[in-house]
Amino acid sequence: MSQKVLSVEKLTKHFTLGKGRTLQAVNEVTFDIQKGETFGLVGESGCGKSTIGRTIMGLYEKTAGNVIYEGKNVHELGEKDQFQLRKQMQMIFQDPYASLNPRSTVREVISEPMEVHKLHKNKKEQLDDVYQLLEEVGLNRDHANRYPHEFSGGQRQRIGIARALALRPNFIIADEPISALDVSVQAQVVNLLKELQITKGLTFLFIAHDLSMVKQISDRIGVMYLGNMVELTTSDRLYENPLHPYTKALLSAIPIPDPDVEESRERIIVEGELPSPINPPSGCVFRTRCPFAMEICATRKPKWQEIEDNHYVACHLYSEEQEVNSSPKTIVNIR
Amino acid sequence: MEKIVEVKNLHVTFSTYGGTIQAVRGVNFYVNKGETLAIVGESGCGKSVTSNAIMRLIPDPPGKITQGQVLFKGEDVTKFSEKKMRSIRGVDISMIFQDPMTALNPTLTIGSQLMEGLRQHQGISSARSKQKAIEMMELVGIPNPEERLKQYPHQFSGGMRQRIVIAIALICEPELLIADEPTTALDVTIQAQILELFEKIQEVTGVSIILITHDLGVVAKIADRIAVMYAGKIIETGTKRDIFYKGQHPYTKGLLKSVPRLDVKGAALTPIDGTPPDLFSPPAGCPFAPRCPYAMEVCNKIYPDTVQLSQSHEVNCWLQDERGKRLLATTTTKE
Repeated sequence: MSQKVLSVEKLTKHFTLGKGRTLQAVNEVTFDIQKGETFGLVGESGCGKSTIGRTIMGLYEKTAGNVIYEGKNVHELGEKDQFQLRKQMQMIFQDPYASLNPRSTVREVISEPMEVHKLHKNKKEQLDDVYQLLEEVGLNRDHANRYPHEFSGGQRQRIGIARALALRPNFIIADEPISALDVSVQAQVVNLLKELQITKGLTFLFIAHDLSMVKQISDRIGVMYLGNMVELTTSDRLYENPLHPYTKALLSAIPIPDPDVEESRERIIVEGELPSPINPPSGCVFRTRCPFAMEICATRKPKWQEIEDNHYVACHLYSEEQEVNSSPKTIVNIR
Repeated sequence: MEKIVEVKNLHVTFSTYGGTIQAVRGVNFYVNKGETLAIVGESGCGKSVTSNAIMRLIPDPPGKITQGQVLFKGEDVTKFSEKKMRSIRGVDISMIFQDPMTALNPTLTIGSQLMEGLRQHQGISSARSKQKAIEMMELVGIPNPEERLKQYPHQFSGGMRQRIVIAIALICEPELLIADEPTTALDVTIQAQILELFEKIQEVTGVSIILITHDLGVVAKIADRIAVMYAGKIIETGTKRDIFYKGQHPYTKGLLKSVPRLDVKGAALTPIDGTPPDLFSPPAGCPFAPRCPYAMEVCNKIYPDTVQLSQSHEVNCWLQDERGKRLLATTTTKE
């Protein structure tokens, strides 16, 4: 593969809640993102996927671990270097209604980052740049003087994308960029992001809960559960050969828009609900809902290991130490 | 088969400062006893307004049912007095709302909210209604019902609250249950649990369900018949298989092509270009015509009649109309 843009090494982020309580939002998560790829981060609400995105951006201080962007440790840079780094890393947010200032025109929204970073010599140049960005995201120059409320959700998300592109970044974190949109519009925005990735050579971290959309857009996918990454592999392999019981359950819970397929497939229903990240289970965090939980799962945290080329999983079912404790018969294909 | 509810030529409008919104513009459909009808469409298409109209929950003013009938077991609900309506809501027709976080009263125990309907409508003694409440909680899968009756909504998770909302809706044994986006606010693994629950309660109680949703995967799993709505009109109805495999309306086809499928590898998404029309001044012709790749001149001028494709399958599209087909033939020969 090509060169690494970003490495996240054993990143941990805990929030202190007072009364001596700590919310363990992210625990020792490790992954790399290669230049030009789309890395998908999926998981259900509260799994820590957005916290990872925000910590990578430097919006949160890390608790432990490292975030290395093109050789530079994001959290150990001086203020000036941080400022320069922001030019290369930009973010697209979930809610196209809340993420645009209702009092600013589209032109002001898009040109603000340009002004902060003094990108242009004069207003004329800046305006031309705004027009060009609008056209690149499928809007037109007439839209520049309008206000956000005059646009539909999909169009607003295009404005948000234009703003993220304003500084010509290399790396974009898209945090649930389509979940507030209607289905037919979601496809428009996903196709736009794919197109921009090709024309501009962008690298994406795509954070979402909708695994079918993430699979559509991502090259590789990391699956999160309660602050931990449980599995990481290419998006095709994740569907064809999921290893972690949580990944299997997640895949089987997603309804497929095809009645024949839907009625014939077997479903693993995960019992119970997500434990609290303030007081997570000992050992493997998924063990309380896992149909294959063994004794070791309660006592020891499973190692993050590469089972086959480019396929990582953290589960005792696949570690060698567990053979003493249970027969390998339990590893059946439950999909 | 017996029709539980039949909606005929329903029109609903809302007066606002900006003018009158024609939210529902002549909707016809029926629900048979014991079946699940899914009303599918994007935000703003009028699906929630339609279901609220059946319950007579349209706030008047600004809303108004201007035309049409809602026949519940042969009687026109739109003609009922408010007093009579109150004796029907929750007893004969019940509703489940999208957000389980706001559907429950935070200051009352779960038990009192469950029993309220029984006490109000059926004058059942407190001992018997408590018994009934416990039975309902068991049916919807809440462990330790006796204990949990005394608890408040904040002591339950999102999935559990939705189970309680379902229990409340079913406690008076209604014949029709309207579920408006019942799983949209839930995580997929919890959604899977709730969908299983819907199938179970329908089997146990024989209740008819109107399911309002935008999620085609959910529809493929639990619907019997589907009505596709667009810009205040139902543009196609049929059995689940009619719609998914033989869908004829270009909007239906477009919708199906714009959702990603987990089980299909690398298929590109085809979004529907454009956005739905403004319902302040809805177009005279087919509302989908401006976005339709097959639109003819007639489509912009006259709304197509309903064409019966089979006993269960009907569509409103000029492409399926004999007269439209003739037009199509003449235009293609000219080219």
